Amino acid sequence: MEYAVTKTSMTDPNSLVQIKGLRDGLLVSLGNASWDDLRAALMEQIETRQSFFRGARVAIDVGGQIFHVNELSELRDTLSERGVNLWAVVSESPTTEKTAQLLGLATRISKPRPQEMTRPPAEEIGEAAAMWIGRTLRSGTRIEFPGNIVVLGDVNPGAEVIADGSILVWGRVRGVAHAGANGDQSAVVCGLDLSAGQIRVAGAATIPPALSKVEVSERSGEVRPEKISLKDGILQMEPWQANQS
Amino acid sequence: MGAQVVTITSGKGGVGKTTAVANLAVALAADGARVVCIDGDIGLRNLDVVMGLENRIVYDVVDVIEGRCRLRQAMIRDKRLPELYLIPAAQTRDKSAVTPSDMIRLCKELRSEVDWVLIDSPAGIERGFKNSIAAADRVLVITNPEVSAVRDADRVIGILEAEEKGTPSLIINRLNPVMVKQHDMLSAEDVLDLLAIKLIGVVPEDEGVIVGTNRGNPVALEPKSRAGQAFRNIAKRMGGENVPFMDLEAGNGLWARLSKLGRK
Repeated sequence: MEYAVTKTSMTDPNSLVQIKGLRDGLLVSLGNASWDDLRAALMEQIETRQSFFRGARVAIDVGGQIFHVNELSELRDTLSERGVNLWAVVSESPTTEKTAQLLGLATRISKPRPQEMTRPPAEEIGEAAAMWIGRTLRSGTRIEFPGNIVVLGDVNPGAEVIADGSILVWGRVRGVAHAGANGDQSAVVCGLDLSAGQIRVAGAATIPPALSKVEVSERSGEVRPEKISLKDGILQMEPWQANQS
Repeated sequence: MGAQVVTITSGKGGVGKTTAVANLAVALAADGARVVCIDGDIGLRNLDVVMGLENRIVYDVVDVIEGRCRLRQAMIRDKRLPELYLIPAAQTRDKSAVTPSDMIRLCKELRSEVDWVLIDSPAGIERGFKNSIAAADRVLVITNPEVSAVRDADRVIGILEAEEKGTPSLIINRLNPVMVKQHDMLSAEDVLDLLAIKLIGVVPEDEGVIVGTNRGNPVALEPKSRAGQAFRNIAKRMGGENVPFMDLEAGNGLWARLSKLGRK
């Protein structure tokens, strides 16, 4: 019997791929093996239990595996051709998290992770760590990081940058920038034009100026470095000046 | 050399994807190229109407994919141009009838037969959109000079970049130079400032486009139409020709031109 052979073979596919039901879909946890083996094991599971997987909403916990865009988008497309909707990728690797976020996949699922958090908490990441985004963030992109975030490019309308630390944008902020998302009141947002974005620090938010969109886009040619920080519970914008320390 | 597969997409609906596909297809075919258009909007087909071919449909793209007919049987020959074909969408099915790998297979088969494959993407960023871009060598994003359309275009460009489909080129459709002058409409520069991708053409607002669409006669076939000229220019630029951008301020009647001369 072929089935029995598979069951007793050394690389039992069931131990590489564990499937749990969540409130709003399935959570697939991948074990420790090469991506090729894991992928094969996952596909085998899906092929043999087609009716179970068809139409399912799936989150994948990939552990420490590092994924690049082409691998992750290929996985998503392959799953989608089998009627499986990949909506989230949970990972311990910041690279994989960033990849998933750029592809518009969630990286946190409502249920706490089954095993203990291996990622360092925000305090340990501290001032030294920043996520580097070397491009413009377009509408629909959401970047979250438990430290500081540096963006070389614009944050366009409809994009969101959320940091537990500070945010520095070498470009214009026209979307949402939320510094101190974990409550750090000393976090700041700096940018080359913050006038058209929604800036939040800890619990406070700026109200974008009441200009029409056409006026905003006319103004946007004007670039002036500025910083928004929380002073006595109120957000204040200061222009950057050359003689400042 | 096989065909280039070009997908026209926008995110937002109603900005002119189907009109652009029809016009670019006739412009390319009128220049002697062999062109196939594929309607990617399964369940909401339109391209056949805009091209004036709706009552000739026997087989559609889903019939080809599911093996009920040969590719050639689903290619409807245009009534005006001998080397222009349409593969229509199925009207009675939905987007899940097609997968990205189906589209890649279909386009692979077409590559050896023609010079251009133009795919009309549905609105949105879901399954139908993913199908439409799967086989594309190149993507044209079309938008109107409106804030909502520009934001959707930005989202689509972001997805294309994230999926490493290369940076798309931009068509700005339905620009009204008078409204731009009065600061009631975003200018082409405003749109480019946000989207920051290469511009391949600006199509002026033109009532003739609506008339042509309703009659199934794309304006690119009308030598005098300014929108038609803009589409013909885009078709030339797609082929690598360096065509200067039209001056949209000009041609607002004799008086506009005379007063322009007077100012010089």
